[in-house]
Amino acid sequence: MKIVVLVKYVPEPTATWKFAPDLTLDRGAVEGRLSELDEYAVEQAARLQEAGTASEVVFLTVGPAKAVDGLRKALAIGGDSAVHVTDAAMHGSDALATSLVLAKALEKTGFDLVLTGMASTDAEMSVVPSMVADRLGINQATFAGALSVEGGTVSIKRDSEGAVLEVSTALPAIVSITDTNPEARYPAFKAIMASKKKPVTTYSLADLGVDASSVGLAAAAVKVTSVTPTPARTAGTIVPDEGEGGAQLAEFLSSRGFV
Amino acid sequence: MSEVLVLVENTPQGIRKSSLELLTAARRLGSPSAVLCGAADDAAVASLGEYGAATVYVVPGTDGYLSVPAAEAIVDIAGRTNPVAVLVTSGPIGKDVAARVAVRLGAGIVTDATDVRSEGGVVTTSQTVVSGQWVATAQVTSATAVVTVRPNAIAPEAAPATPAVQTVDVAFSAAATGAKITASNPKVSTGRPELTDAAVVVSGGRGVGSEEGFGVIERLADSLGGAVGATRAVTDLHWVSHDLQVGQTGKTVAPSLYVAAGISGAIQHRAGMQSSKTIVAVNKDPKAPIFQVADYGVIGDLHKVLPALIDEIGKRKG
Ligand SMILES: Cc1cc2nc3c(=O)[nH]c(=O)nc-3n(C[C@H](O)[C@H](O)[C@H](O)COP(=O)(O)OP(=O)(O)OC[C@H]3O[C@@H](n4cnc5c(N)ncnc54)[C@H](O)[C@@H]3O)c2cc1C
Ligand SMILES: Cc1cc2nc3c(=O)[nH]c(=O)nc-3n(C[C@H](O)[C@H](O)[C@H](O)COP(=O)(O)OP(=O)(O)OC[C@H]3O[C@@H](n4cnc5c(N)ncnc54)[C@H](O)[C@@H]3O)c2cc1C
Repeated sequence: MKIVVLVKYVPEPTATWKFAPDLTLDRGAVEGRLSELDEYAVEQAARLQEAGTASEVVFLTVGPAKAVDGLRKALAIGGDSAVHVTDAAMHGSDALATSLVLAKALEKTGFDLVLTGMASTDAEMSVVPSMVADRLGINQATFAGALSVEGGTVSIKRDSEGAVLEVSTALPAIVSITDTNPEARYPAFKAIMASKKKPVTTYSLADLGVDASSVGLAAAAVKVTSVTPTPARTAGTIVPDEGEGGAQLAEFLSSRGFV
Repeated sequence: MSEVLVLVENTPQGIRKSSLELLTAARRLGSPSAVLCGAADDAAVASLGEYGAATVYVVPGTDGYLSVPAAEAIVDIAGRTNPVAVLVTSGPIGKDVAARVAVRLGAGIVTDATDVRSEGGVVTTSQTVVSGQWVATAQVTSATAVVTVRPNAIAPEAAPATPAVQTVDVAFSAAATGAKITASNPKVSTGRPELTDAAVVVSGGRGVGSEEGFGVIERLADSLGGAVGATRAVTDLHWVSHDLQVGQTGKTVAPSLYVAAGISGAIQHRAGMQSSKTIVAVNKDPKAPIFQVADYGVIGDLHKVLPALIDEIGKRKG
């Protein structure tokens, strides 16, 4: 079984982000990293390979030149090789365009199972997995809190309101992995060194047969018209507890009508 | 007037509040049509009508599947009605449905909108991005806009109409029925209000100290008639179940009152609670970032402050 894991290179969540004059996120101005939420999918793939369930694991990213650092991090955790789709025309792409390019790249790599994160940690849309599934005409089992693969069938556990669901589907399929799965291992020095020898193939849009005019800011069907900082909350009253903290809190809650 | 397709959710307790919020938003864009998967009882049709649904499309045959049949039903209806927008509630099902519908219709998609309106005939949205630190407004330029709307962001307003009810039989593709729900293991009900709908949420963090220690959070929630929430640190430790997690990868809540006890206030947690109307924090560390968003904060040991608070509330209630 061949697994391809979709991984996104994102700005460091704790950094101060800036927006460029074209209202896209200024990715050059902030330190980047492999999305923390994609590490759960990388770890699952590594485990399936160690268990002998997966014969090959490939990491796939669409992103700027620096995104290769994210692929290297994934390769240090596991897997065999990586694919990096990078093209200046991708700047400002919306989710429709990103999913189109990912689907084209997946057609090129081939796969039995595609694993993804539950959301990116930058745009946090949680739509790319279903979009890619639809474009490839394959089954999906999204928001998997746990995953198992047996004889051409993938089964997941999914948290829903009031119940934990079990969902099964035949391969080929795409599965998004939540952060209730095991955290990614911390790669050993030896694994980091070995990962540097793993091959990374770079594709342009032309290599994938994608027309550059169908992606990028100009093609986006969603135009961002303004981005402003969230208004700060007015500073509150902070008191030390000198034995009266509970009573003071009750007084505050009562003044606001909650008690 | 152009149709707006609204994916609504019916439960044994009736149509969900978030669905009524969508109908309210839909009226700003055109004529709302509800898409209801499963059976349509009279009460469901009546409440959809009360909130302005001109049409209710009833789609049978989606039971036992997660979201793809619902997406195909919407695509089928959209093929005949050319809606100006498709609105769904943010959440795992809503995101799955919206994503597939957007691809099939070639429609621009906005997720987690906190507002939807028409500006010069163009569907325009507001959303908070980057863990709630920025507000972005966007215009959807495709013929149909696909928008997932955050629950509790838009106040539901009634606008009575008498809906025409129409059953839609959709020939689902193999992909739609390819992923089956094989088991549904119900969770034990706590009797407390549902986290995302509650007017009061009391959340505990790692600072609560232990699973047993979490009892004080539950007691305070009960004395305020609220729901219980938690940080990912707490759900990772299995002190409480995962569905109580508030934040980026948990639930987004916006209650009238949010009480955060023993919670540091990491951006990923704040992302899920910072639009609460009143925020109260108890933390022993004066530098905890949660105090930056608190309207009232007590620096101290929550195991002293909260029991005193519960006593005081008890006294005031008499
Ligand atoms: C602040 C902000 C707001 C945005 N708003 C919108 C909007 O309203 N509408 C819109 O259409 N686009 C929007 N975009 C663009 C959008 O982020 C990209 O098109 C993106 O690639 C898809 O969305 P996502 O990052 O939210 O992915 P998600 O759907 O959250 O990603 C889920 C999973 O898909 C995989 N994945 C996603 N992107 C990639 C990638 N580039 N390479 C490899 N794997 C990937 C990962 O496994 C990830 O965990 C926005 C971008 C930003 C930064
Ligand atoms: C991709 C990603 C997604 C995430 N998603 C979420 C999410 O959805 N929700 C979420 O909550 N987190 C999320 N996190 C985790 C988040 O970054 C924090 O680690 C987490 O919120 C911390 O939880 P905490 O505040 O309970 O614990 P800590 O940060 O350990 O804080 C404990 C606090 O308790 C205080 N304290 C200790 N003892 C007492 C006492 N006796 N009385 C009073 N105060 C006391 C301490 O001073 C401290 O401030 C995510 C992280 C990542 C990377």
